[in-house]
Amino acid sequence: MNKPDTANNIINTPATFDIENIRKDFPILNEEVHGKPLVYLDNAATSQKPKQVIETLDAYYRESNSNIHRGVHTLSEKATAIYEKARDKVKEFINADSTKEIVFVRGATEAINLVAQSLGRNTLKAGDEIIITELEHHSNIVPWQILSEQTGAKLNYIPINDAGELILEEYEKLLSDKTRIVAVGHISNALGTINPIKTIIDKAHAVGAKVLVDGAQAVPHTRIDVKELGCDFYVFSGHKLFGPTGIGVLYGKESILESMPPYQGGGDMIQMVTMEKSTYNVLPYKFEAGTPHIAGVIGLGAAIDYVTELGLEAAAQYENELLNYANEQASQVTGLNFVGTAKNKTSILSFTLNGIHPHDIGTILDGEGVAIRAGHHCAMPVMERFNIPATARASFAFYNTRQEVDALIQAIDKCQKVFN
Amino acid sequence: MFDIKDLYQEVIVDHNRSPRNFGKLENADTTLEGFNPLCGDKLTLYLKTANDKISDIAFDGSGCAISVASASLMTDAMKGKTLDEAETLFNEFHNLVTTDDDYDAELLGKLAALAGVKDYPARVKCASLCWHTLHSALQGDNTPVKTE
Repeated sequence: MNKPDTANNIINTPATFDIENIRKDFPILNEEVHGKPLVYLDNAATSQKPKQVIETLDAYYRESNSNIHRGVHTLSEKATAIYEKARDKVKEFINADSTKEIVFVRGATEAINLVAQSLGRNTLKAGDEIIITELEHHSNIVPWQILSEQTGAKLNYIPINDAGELILEEYEKLLSDKTRIVAVGHISNALGTINPIKTIIDKAHAVGAKVLVDGAQAVPHTRIDVKELGCDFYVFSGHKLFGPTGIGVLYGKESILESMPPYQGGGDMIQMVTMEKSTYNVLPYKFEAGTPHIAGVIGLGAAIDYVTELGLEAAAQYENELLNYANEQASQVTGLNFVGTAKNKTSILSFTLNGIHPHDIGTILDGEGVAIRAGHHCAMPVMERFNIPATARASFAFYNTRQEVDALIQAIDKCQKVFN
Repeated sequence: MFDIKDLYQEVIVDHNRSPRNFGKLENADTTLEGFNPLCGDKLTLYLKTANDKISDIAFDGSGCAISVASASLMTDAMKGKTLDEAETLFNEFHNLVTTDDDYDAELLGKLAALAGVKDYPARVKCASLCWHTLHSALQGDNTPVKTE
């Protein structure tokens, strides 16, 4: 396999990026694993949480815990206010038009299922077509397979090339007036490929299809502007953005969300319930049945404040430089093969070692304190495409350092020593 | 004191590098697949039995060092065993990799090298996949085995 292209990225570390102080914000980075300092390189699975998020959750439960949108008492009003304030933060963060377009869900997975079932099941029919890609996480495959079974709509996949990039010519061949939905990941979780989503969105719109972008891997690394992108839906999870697990966001264009029926029924999503029928609440509450993950939403708000203050552009620049350094170091390791060598990629180093299975790499690295992911990364079609059962994947965040990359390389060397 | 070599003992590294009884067994009377959906490890077990004995056994497939070494050691140990002996060995191996109880070192022989697995909960399934596959095959169950 080829070595990745390291020439196209930025070289200089921004002077303002104070890595030492940033690391102090993440208490878990002081942990030890098997007597060695934790080197956390599994950020694509979930990110660590800054103390600003942890303290916000703690303060919420100590000072403001209450149910929202119901009570007339002070605590409930307080909880409602900070909950809705977080919605406003999300709106600003992705540059949506209105908080009506921000629906809180459990995570990116639930957001995709919501769109597949509410929009897809009610508008698609046999003969219609859905387009996704070979690069997708299972969360952006299975909901569409289910929808396809339910409606008889055909599911097509945009293939990838040997570098792990979407083949856009093939995408164009798949597009037609039958295409109803195009669902594509912004950044691949398995390989780190950054997809040309603006182009994908524009071409889909040209045939009248709706577009959902799975931004789970993108929000921690890129500034998102849904208006500039023009996508109909953008989904992400809070826990990959340094926020809590169990909370995520569905952004949808207001007019489309308005046209969609509720996904789940329950409290908070109604205006009036009689024994005969119910009328549904306005956006976004129509899609938020039941008591939501209030603390999660508030914690997500704190995470957004954190990355906004840090500056996602500066963080991305730092991460690019770190990835380049990791690529350079890894390319000197004999027997290491890169999987995914897209020109445009971010923060993910997926690799195999000759004669050593990724799971053994994962276990031996863990013994050195280095946490990576080993496996198929919930992207079995990608593994199939490269004809491998699994990869080892190191994924970086802005709190990782060159020293940690060095620790990774030394731990890889240890793997080879164990097996040779 | 933590030492990764407790898990990756010389015997395991050796059996991973040169697995014994690896490859398709012609004229097998039982062929069964084992699959670990969590990590994608796959193996196929080939079995010949005669007179209530395992007369020949082999495997192929792909997996991590723990799963390959376990299958290699298991097939070595099982050759010539009666079905009752196979069942006893299955139970003793299960005891070895899932409990802290004393184990029968004499009965297990080289298989005892896999004792370190019990300290790695995520890897127990790697070691036990081939065993569960064999167990199902001997019970006459022909549905592919999955470790859940």
